[in-house]
Amino acid sequence: MKESISLVLTGAAGQGIQIIEEISVEMFKKAGFYVFATKKYMSRVRGGINSTEIRISSVNKPRAYCNNIDILIPFKVGGYEKNKKRLTKNSYILIDKSFKEEIKEDSGNFLYIPFNKMSKEAGGNIYTNTIAVGVLSGILNLNIESAKNIISKKFKNKAKKIIDNNLEAFKIGFEEGKKYNLKFNLKLEKLKKGKDIVLNGSESIALGAIAGGCNFVSAYPMSPSTEVLQICASMAEDFGIVVEQIEDEISAVNMSIGAWFAGARGLITTSGGGFALMSEGLSLAGMIESPLVIHLAQRPGPATGLPTRTEQGDLNLAVYSGHGEFPRIVLAPGTIEEGFDLTQKAFNLADKYQVPVMILTDQYFVSSYYNLKIPEFDKIENKKYFIKSKEDYKRHEITKNGLSKRAIPGFGKGIVKTTGNEHEENGFITEDMNIRNSMQEKRLCKLELLKEKMIEPTFYGNKNAEFLFLSWGSTFNIIKEAFEKLNSKNVALLHFSQVYPLSKNIYKYFNNSKQCYVVENNSTSQFRKLLRTELNLNIDGSILKYDGRPFSAEGIYSKIKKIING
Amino acid sequence: MKFKKNNEDIHWCPGCGNYKILEILEKALEQLNINPKDTVMISGIGQAGKTPHFINLNGIHSLHGRALPIATGVKSANRELTVIAEGGDGDMYGEGGNHFIHAIRRNPNITNIVHNNMVYGLTKGQASPTSPLGFKTPVQVNGVYENPFNPLSVAISLNASFVARIYANHKEKSIEIIKKAIKHDGYALVDIFQPCVVFNKVNTYKWFEDNTYYLENNDASDRQEAFKLSIKNDRYPLGIFYKTESKPVFEDKNDGYKKYSKPLFKREVEKDKLIDYFKEKL
Repeated sequence: MKESISLVLTGAAGQGIQIIEEISVEMFKKAGFYVFATKKYMSRVRGGINSTEIRISSVNKPRAYCNNIDILIPFKVGGYEKNKKRLTKNSYILIDKSFKEEIKEDSGNFLYIPFNKMSKEAGGNIYTNTIAVGVLSGILNLNIESAKNIISKKFKNKAKKIIDNNLEAFKIGFEEGKKYNLKFNLKLEKLKKGKDIVLNGSESIALGAIAGGCNFVSAYPMSPSTEVLQICASMAEDFGIVVEQIEDEISAVNMSIGAWFAGARGLITTSGGGFALMSEGLSLAGMIESPLVIHLAQRPGPATGLPTRTEQGDLNLAVYSGHGEFPRIVLAPGTIEEGFDLTQKAFNLADKYQVPVMILTDQYFVSSYYNLKIPEFDKIENKKYFIKSKEDYKRHEITKNGLSKRAIPGFGKGIVKTTGNEHEENGFITEDMNIRNSMQEKRLCKLELLKEKMIEPTFYGNKNAEFLFLSWGSTFNIIKEAFEKLNSKNVALLHFSQVYPLSKNIYKYFNNSKQCYVVENNSTSQFRKLLRTELNLNIDGSILKYDGRPFSAEGIYSKIKKIING
Repeated sequence: MKFKKNNEDIHWCPGCGNYKILEILEKALEQLNINPKDTVMISGIGQAGKTPHFINLNGIHSLHGRALPIATGVKSANRELTVIAEGGDGDMYGEGGNHFIHAIRRNPNITNIVHNNMVYGLTKGQASPTSPLGFKTPVQVNGVYENPFNPLSVAISLNASFVARIYANHKEKSIEIIKKAIKHDGYALVDIFQPCVVFNKVNTYKWFEDNTYYLENNDASDRQEAFKLSIKNDRYPLGIFYKTESKPVFEDKNDGYKKYSKPLFKREVEKDKLIDYFKEKL
């Protein structure tokens, strides 16, 4: 019996892969499976080859991208060609009959399904995707009524005829699918219905922000960060959030500074190129001690790079951007749960310490989904740190720990004044060298506070393991799955969800291991260098990937295996 | 509380038009009977950008060119505040040009005050976007040959909801126009002709007196007439060129204010509503 299968749908942009992904994920979840999905897409609106991977399981919780494909459904011959290295002799390829002549059957088992014929029956080519969902449901013997509800809901804004045709398409596909026996004896109903939700990375960031009191969003569309902006916009009216698509990223960061100055909680969402434009504003936030929360969804650079692909190449940018020296926090969620949790916390950290907080995700993170529990709202705490000012209020009062009380205009009796120039305690411009020293020291004092409060990394594996692997951000679940497959007592993982600032408190994790390796989705091992610069930690090696694609569980597995076997 | 501040050390040169603008602002704000603690001035960089230091109100003396987005952020976070975006010609029309265009489109209820002396002061005498043709500087050694930026024409072409020009040395008339601009519901541009006594030997106090006149009986609701007036360059008109009340105000129209009117700082996370949102996904 097979406990989990991986399914890949691939077709041209515009062929509706996205819709199939959304419907199938929902359908599999409702049927009682654990689901994981992630997509790879090209930077174009039509054509090319996009794909989506869906893993379904009745026992394990799939949480990561895997390389092997059990069922491949290519809507173009190219989709087969591109993915055939991921197929095994047990894999199935479900492809339209019309491609039979064209295709070279060199791996897997081919099932020629009359997709085109069925689509015509249903009303045309645009129904191919719903037919495919039907075929899958038939093969996996899912509950037809539940699937129909999901489809009706998905197309609820369309004309009745379109809904009916889609339901008909699903039924035709379902009947066809029932004819095939793929020997996947998946056991159903493992999940207790009604307990889980399916969330993707973008949703975790947007909802975490709203749970953290976000009420202002300024952003410029840029893949892969845009979905966060769209989710916030869709919730703006009901949740009272001011959302604006601004003219450029320079405006995004400055508008957010203005909003925070007046007491709002602002979110910015962007990718590397947009963030680069914000570095001047980031520096202003550093100087005037403004809170900021920036979601930076990474994609491969330099420049436009691979706009719709994934990379962890902007760590240095996040840690070092902005002229001058000022403190900041850089977080990097490893799981979707953490995406929600850390973004909610980011607003309180930014408010309390009056520093920019960056949340580093990437294309792989934002477009991956899986089942999880509804966050425990009883445990969520928010605190507004601004005060009601008195008449003699000074925005940058020198204090022992570097934190001055933050007041906002129109709340209290004081005047709130500040400047990006060096300033006196009351915000008045100055060039006095003694004041300069004390202000610079005051600002940097906060960095020490932040180190003390560093969110400690997650340790996973055996405490006495000889090999310690270090990772940050979106790779956590991929490495974890590789570890599970490896089943070795000699490896451990230390995963960082806060990558800056780093505290000496983490030295304790390095006591037992003989060799340390960093795993990161970039080409120069930026985190390894950061560990050395910040903590003088010498790491033995790195496992890197920079082809714009995420690591796979199998890929990490074989690299780790090679290392531990010498 | 008064807007006028006792300043010990003002950074401007003796005779600078900025002193006159400061006085015009103090008087206009005072006469509007608003409270300094409910007033915010966001300024850019340059000699004009230093204005918030010399007047008693809330503010950020921020970055070159960025006053407008910051001011828009302030206003849309708290509509109860009176918000002014202040800066010079290089600041608002050069470095901040893109924000200038889009602030006009967006139409937040803020007042944009631009000290237009047609030269860079703080960096010591280079040409600005509004420097006249032929203007010689240490950088434009053979004189400016790019066409000057016309802020009024640009603003009117974008249907800015209030467009005016004043002259710093005409105190009383300027106070009245600034008051109207602040009271106007929407984005209001006030371009201020201002002499720079150190670096601009062309556009002097005398030059401004000789080359300006006040608009009388113009129909400020007529956009085409306003545009025609804005491109006049034999003598430059002063006054309110254009005004429209029909443009939606950014923050009032924004979804964030449809069901809630409180300033953002008074809003709380609605956990129950969020839980319901999650439950929809079950």
